[in-house]
This record gives sequence, C-alpha cells and structure tokens, in this order.
Amino acid sequence: MDPVTSIRPLLAVVVAGLAALAILLLKNRERLRDAVSPLAAVVMFAFVASMAPTVLAGRTIDLTLFEILPGVDFAFRVDALGMVFASVSSLLWIAASIYSIGYMRALNEHAQTRFYACFATSLAAAVGGAFSANLFTLVIFYEVLSLVTYPLVYHHEDEEAWAGSRKYLVYLMGASKSVLLAALALTYQIAGSLDFVPGGLLAGTGASAPLLTAKSAIMPMHAWLPAAMVAPTPVSALLHAVAVVKMGVFCALRVIFDIFGTGLVAALGLGLATAYLVSFTILTASIYALTRDDLKARLAYSTVSQLSYIVLGAVLLSPVAMVGGIIHIAVHAFSKITLFFCAGSIYCASGKRNISDMAGIGRRLPWTMGAFFIGSLSMIGVPPTGGFVSKWYLALGSVEGGEIAFLIVLLASSVLNAAYFLPVSYVAFFGKEAPESTPTVREIPMIAIPLVATAVLSVAVGLFPGYFIALAERVAG
Amino acid sequence: MALLSLIVFTPAVGALVLAFIRNEQTVRWTALGFTALDFVLAVMMLAGFDATTHAMQFTEARPWVPALGITYALGVDGISVLFVFLTALLGWICVLASWTAIESKVKEFMISLLVMQSLMLGVFCALDLFLFYVFWEAMLIPMYIIIGVWGGEGRVYAAFKFFLYTLAGSLLFLVGVIVLYLQGGQTFDIIALSNQDIPFSVQSWLFLAFLVAFAVKVPMVPVHTWLPDAHVQAPTAGSIILAAVLLKMGAYGFLRFSLPMLPEASVYYSTAMLMLSALAIVYGGLLALAQDDLKKLVAYSSISHMGFVTLGIFTLNLRGLEGGILQMFNHGVTTGALFLFVGLIYERTHTRSIGAYGGLMKLAPVYTSFLALFALSSMALPGTNSFVGELLVLSGGFAANPAITAIAVLGALLGAAYLLGMYRKVALGPVRLPGGAKVRDVNARELIAILPLAVLVFWVGLYPKPFLGIIDASVKHLLVRVHGEGSGQ
Repeated sequence: MDPVTSIRPLLAVVVAGLAALAILLLKNRERLRDAVSPLAAVVMFAFVASMAPTVLAGRTIDLTLFEILPGVDFAFRVDALGMVFASVSSLLWIAASIYSIGYMRALNEHAQTRFYACFATSLAAAVGGAFSANLFTLVIFYEVLSLVTYPLVYHHEDEEAWAGSRKYLVYLMGASKSVLLAALALTYQIAGSLDFVPGGLLAGTGASAPLLTAKSAIMPMHAWLPAAMVAPTPVSALLHAVAVVKMGVFCALRVIFDIFGTGLVAALGLGLATAYLVSFTILTASIYALTRDDLKARLAYSTVSQLSYIVLGAVLLSPVAMVGGIIHIAVHAFSKITLFFCAGSIYCASGKRNISDMAGIGRRLPWTMGAFFIGSLSMIGVPPTGGFVSKWYLALGSVEGGEIAFLIVLLASSVLNAAYFLPVSYVAFFGKEAPESTPTVREIPMIAIPLVATAVLSVAVGLFPGYFIALAERVAG
Repeated sequence: MALLSLIVFTPAVGALVLAFIRNEQTVRWTALGFTALDFVLAVMMLAGFDATTHAMQFTEARPWVPALGITYALGVDGISVLFVFLTALLGWICVLASWTAIESKVKEFMISLLVMQSLMLGVFCALDLFLFYVFWEAMLIPMYIIIGVWGGEGRVYAAFKFFLYTLAGSLLFLVGVIVLYLQGGQTFDIIALSNQDIPFSVQSWLFLAFLVAFAVKVPMVPVHTWLPDAHVQAPTAGSIILAAVLLKMGAYGFLRFSLPMLPEASVYYSTAMLMLSALAIVYGGLLALAQDDLKKLVAYSSISHMGFVTLGIFTLNLRGLEGGILQMFNHGVTTGALFLFVGLIYERTHTRSIGAYGGLMKLAPVYTSFLALFALSSMALPGTNSFVGELLVLSGGFAANPAITAIAVLGALLGAAYLLGMYRKVALGPVRLPGGAKVRDVNARELIAILPLAVLVFWVGLYPKPFLGIIDASVKHLLVRVHGEGSGQ
C-alpha cells in the first residue's frame, strides 16, 4: 500500500525539542518550568497515538526532509517496529515526567533545569530514532541521545559520577566511532544507500561476511554498556532502562531486519552464533544480578539480561520468536520502569539503597512495594502479566525453530529472575524492621502515583496485548 | 569585470592603505573593512559560480613575460572555489580574533595579515604555474613575520623551522616546475599542462619531487614536525590561517598538479600514499592523545585530520575524492574555530595547559557550549560537517583498499578520545582556573567571529548537497583524466 506523507513524525520530535528549549528559558520560574515536561509528554504521545491506526492498517508514514548525500536522505518513516518503540517511549515519558518532579523536589536536587532539558532532548532523540527512515538519520539521533544523557549520568558531580560518566562515554563513543562509522561507510559503499528496506538493504548484494559478523556480534554487547555503570540517580537509571538501552536494541533490530535482512543473516549463519552469544549474556547477567545488594545495580544487570531476550527473539529467525522479542520491548519497558521507580521511591523516602537494609519497608511503603512485586512478577514471566506473553512467544518460537537449547535458557533464566527479584519483596514485607528505623518513612504522592500507573500498565499489557502483537506481527511478516 | 583580481588584491590594497594610518583603532577598523569587502566579493563569486561545468570560470589572462610564455592567468573551478571562499571568510574572522590579542605593532601585524591574505587567494586562483609559484613562495614571508614577531617565547626557532621545512620542499617543487615546463611543451599554462602526456619515467620523478613539496605543507608524517612548533608559537590569527588555509595548499597541490599532470604516477603511487595517510591519521591521533597543551592537541589533531584528506584524494574514486575535498573545507572551518577558541581562553588566562583548567562550563557557558560544538564536529559526530566528509572518505577508502581504511577507522576512534578527554577536563568538573584568573564569557565581537563557522558546521553536516554540487563536475573531470574515458566513478 502507498505510504502516507505527513509531518506528524517530525512534530513528535520537535515537541520534545521545543520543550527542552522552553525549560531552559524558564529556568528562573520553577513551577512553570516543571509543568513543561508533562505537557510536552502528553502532546507527544497524542501525535504518536494519532499515527497508530495508519500503521496498524499496514501503511507507513513517510516524510523526507532533504537529501544529505546521493541515496541518503534526512527522512522519517513510521513503520510497525518504530511505532512499538515510539509508543512505549512517549507513553512512559508522561509517567516519568511526573515522577521526576516528585523525585527532584523530594531530594531538593541541584541543576534541575539542566536535568529536565536533557531529559526532554533525550526523548526527542529516542522518538526521532524510532521514526528514522535510514541508518544515517538513526545514527544522528543515536549520537544525540548518547550526548544528552551524559550530563544525566554525571548529574551528582561527585567522584563516583565522574568515573561512571567517563566510562559511559568511552563505551558509547568508542563503539560508535570504531564500529558504526566504518559500518556505515561500508554499507554505503556496497549498497549506495543507507535506507531501511523491509527484507534487508544488503539482501542479494553478496556483502562481505567478516565485517558484518563483527558488527552483529558487537550490537548485543551494546546492552552491557549502561550496566557497566550504575546511574547516580534512579531517574536517570530509568532513562537507561527505557531510552538508551532500548535505542541500542532497537538499532540492532533495525540492522538485522532492514539492513541485512533475515535472509542474509540466515545465509551467513549469523543467527545461531548471535543466539548463543546472547544466551550467554542472559545467564551471566542474571548471575551477576543475583550477587548485587545495591538494588539499582541488581536492576541494571537484570536489564542486560532482559534486553538479550529481545535480540534473541530477532536472531532465532522464526516469526513467532520475533513477535516475542518485539513485544518484550514494551513489556520490559513497562515493568522495568516500575522497578526503577520503586528503587527511587525507597531512596527518596528512606535514603536506603541496599536490599539488606530494606527489611520491613513494605509496611511503610505499601504502594511502592506492591508495585515492585507486580513488576517482579512480570520480569519473571508469571501470568497474567506482560512478561508472560513475551516469554510465551519466545518459548514457542524456539520450539518451533527446533532449538530446544534456547527453551532451556529461557526457563533457567526465569528461575534466576525469581531468585533475584522475589527475595526483595520477601525482605520488604516479612523482614524484621531494624529497631532504630524512623517512622517518618512514608509514600510521596507524586512518586507513588506514576509507579502504580506503570505497574497497572505491566499487567494491562499482559491482559490486552493485542496492540503490540498486531504491530509485532507486521514486523515479522 | 575582473572579479578574481579584485578578490585577490583587495586585501593588498587594504595593506597599502593601512600603511598611512596611525591610530590603532582606525587600523583595526580599516583592516576589518577591507577583509569584509573581500568576503562580500567572494560571496558574489560563489553566487555566480556555475556548478554544472568543470571548466575554469571567471578567467582572466594577460601576457606577463611573453618571451617565456608566462601569463597572468586567474580562474577557479569546483576544486578551488570553496577554498577561495574559505580564505576570504577567515580573513575577517582573523582580524576580529586579533582585535585585542595583538597589543604591540598593530599596524604592522594587520599589514602582514592582509598581504598574507592576498597571496593565499592568489595561490588558489592562479592558472599559470609561474604565477602560482610566485604566490606560493611569497606566502612564506608574511607567515614567517607573523610567527617570528608576534609569536610566543620560542617564536624565532619555530618561525625558522617553518621556513626551512617549507623552503626545502619548495625548492624541489621549483625543480619539478622547470622539468614540467621543458617536458610539457614549454608552457606554464596549468590547463594545458593538465592535458599533456608525459612519459611515465619522468612522471614518476616529478611525482616524488612534488610529493616532498606538498607533503611538507599538508603535513604528512614524517615531515610534520614543524607544525606543532609553528602552531604553538604563532598568534591566534596565525594559527587559524596556518590550519585552515596553509595546510590545504599541500592537498590542493596534489589535486591541481599531481593528479591531472601526472596521472599514471598518481595511480602507481596511490597505495603508498594511502599507507602514509593512514599512518598520519593514527600517529597524529596518538600524539594528540598525549598532549597537555591545548594548542598542541589541536595541532596534532590537524595532522590526523589531514590524513583523512590525503586518504580520500588517493582513493582515486569519486566518493573518496569528493569526501577528501569536502574534508579540506570542513577541517578549515572546524580546526580554524578550535584555534580561535584556544586563543580566546589564552587571552583570558595566559595558559594553555589542559590540566590547569576545570569547570569552565559554570563560568563561561556560551564559550564552552560552542567549544563542545566544534570539538564534536572535529570528532565527526553525525549531523556535523566532518561526519559527511569522513563517511565519504571511508566509503571511497573501502572500495580502494579495505585493509588500510580499516586502520584509518582507528584514527577516528582516537579523535573521540582526545577531544572528549580535553573537553571533560576543561569544561566539566569542579571549577579550577590558573592563578585565580577571572574569566568572562565571549563578547559580541567574538560571537560574530564564531557564528558563521558554527552555521557551516551544521550546514555541511545536514545539507552538504550545495557544497558537493560545486565540486562534483570538476572531480568527475579529474577522474576521467586519471583513469581515462568512461570512468566517471
């Protein structure tokens, strides 16, 4: 079917960009400044949602702005895969923008203007990446995202933050300079274009295997990066749970589906090799998570593990597994954001970061810990939460593809998930409170409401997964 | 209307006028007036440029020494027109950059700057080999004076080293020019020489002679050692000219002489040239990584970046050459801006040691924001000018020689490392300033000098089509010359 031409993808990006500008201009009027983010989030979500029916009907929305090089345009294209990423990001921005106001005010954080401005810009970059029509446009947004999240990582400006942010930038920029630039140049050289083509841009070009192998092997590694450091504030950790790491995985999917094409990946035997690599990641990261007492570190390693599910779904090359992987983008986002919100809520209310100190805190923060429990269930994959749906499809896909080994990986990792998540809830609700604990620990409304909302979403996506399944099936064909 | 003559000699006329002015402030404004006028003329030239042909445009020819066949011939094509524009743009930026930085002998400085300007424009416009050589050699003198008189503590040594290196190269070039004149039908006409068929054995020797001359200017490793000294000692305007324009002349020499006049030798030596380029990229990057002096860091990064230029040129294919030429322009904009920024902060604090700074973002947010922009442009962030250039160069490189190109990619990685490291130390972290100095943010004059460069960073980065359109026809013509008919790619 013919693509629709519309300016809406651009508007969705511009809204967040303008929000960042407005935040900078309103730096001296705090209340007004704080209102900008939620407002922009709602408008952005409206734009994204307005495009959903067209995409569900199997059409794409195209907008070519100008030519950069022969065969390379600065262009947007809204398709099913981009829609999954964009709807998740824009919807969660609404919750996150309210939550961060509560968080920043509760802790009386410094440099709030910088924080909100970078936050809004990173959302613009995430949605811009989701709607990119070619690798060039995607890489522009990808780099913008890396850069504007850098100030969020060094936000605290203490020794730990500088060390972490340095590592963060070295990994991200190192990977993009050493791999992305070369890959782009090589792809352009071979194909004369950088467009995303359903079925693969390089399909049928006889692309040289060695460099492509290097590229696809490094892509999943990408997920390791954010976990290499634990973001200093839970709010930025949330960005790394949703925007940055999802962008990495999204890029990997784009490259696998629309640059190589599943046919080429299969022909070169890359699928299985990558699948083994990500399986290794899934299990190792889970074991890492098991050993962490710092709640945020545990969540971060869990993210590494969970993101690999998404890549696994793509490289198993069975349509059912692909659907599972793509749905997991949404499911993991909803659940993991809930868990990060909870970690921040606990920290705001009590100043506690280590799980071993959280004994009995569930009685003081019932909403927070209740939401945490629901998020954990979804991560483990218990019905009727969203995690069940994606794991079901993934499991079905591995059986269908005759790869029982990956079924075992999935089951083993579910056990590990349970092993590192459930003790947190257990300690919080049934642990004995330390005698010296103060009774001032209580829920903060502006923090509790968003985290309950995302917990509800985690269940809702399990009960009504139709929207995401429809989109995912469009991608998987 | 002899537009090119006007462009070339307007600054020289300005220099003449300056000689009769006493008041320092009037000197500054007059210099600014003439360079601004020159820029307006250059914009007119660019507006009237026909991008559909490879032929020389705005040509002028008058007999000069008819007995030897020497003519005063000017003209621009797609390869040179961007550099005439760039030189004219940086002319008034250099005047603004020297506004307060030069405190003694202002008049003499501005005269040197304007004479330099005329000679550089002459190099890019000359269509007669003899005329070209006159401009090329004469350029050394004002540059020598600018470094030697207004430079830092080691200025005499640096100026002398600069002079010796380039002079040594130029002498070999002169020998080459004479051989070319005798072999090529006793003419100095660059266009005619570009269509002569010279025997390969002669080409081969000429190529090596030219290589020495041009490699010193670029500079390519291992004849690069004059550059850091010259840069560190030169005043800000000197550094800007050196990086943005003078270095381009070596690469321009390859494009104007080596490739069209010695096509077979160019093909023959291309792999060696690619290797030297990759070496410069990596070695320059490693040296930059080790620097604590801001100016040295930018100077060594220039060596690395110019490696990308020569890499692109000697891929001898369309993408590589177009990328290489675009990268010449980009390097002029970005590195020129970086030297301007080093100059601005040095003017305030009188130290260039990276370790002495910290947290500048809090004191001078506008300064550090623009510094970030140009640092990111220098490391080829997508969306900025250098990314387009490097993408084309590497794309051409993978077609020409994948193994060497893969090494060049490492250089790009080093670029990210030293630039981000520098920025983090200078701009972020706790506030630290040398000797408790006070720092004011950029003022309106400085902002005016910065803005056009910032615009070009994004313009080329996001919409390079007009720029590539200008060079396209000439590069295709050049490729036909190098590879023979029917090889437009």
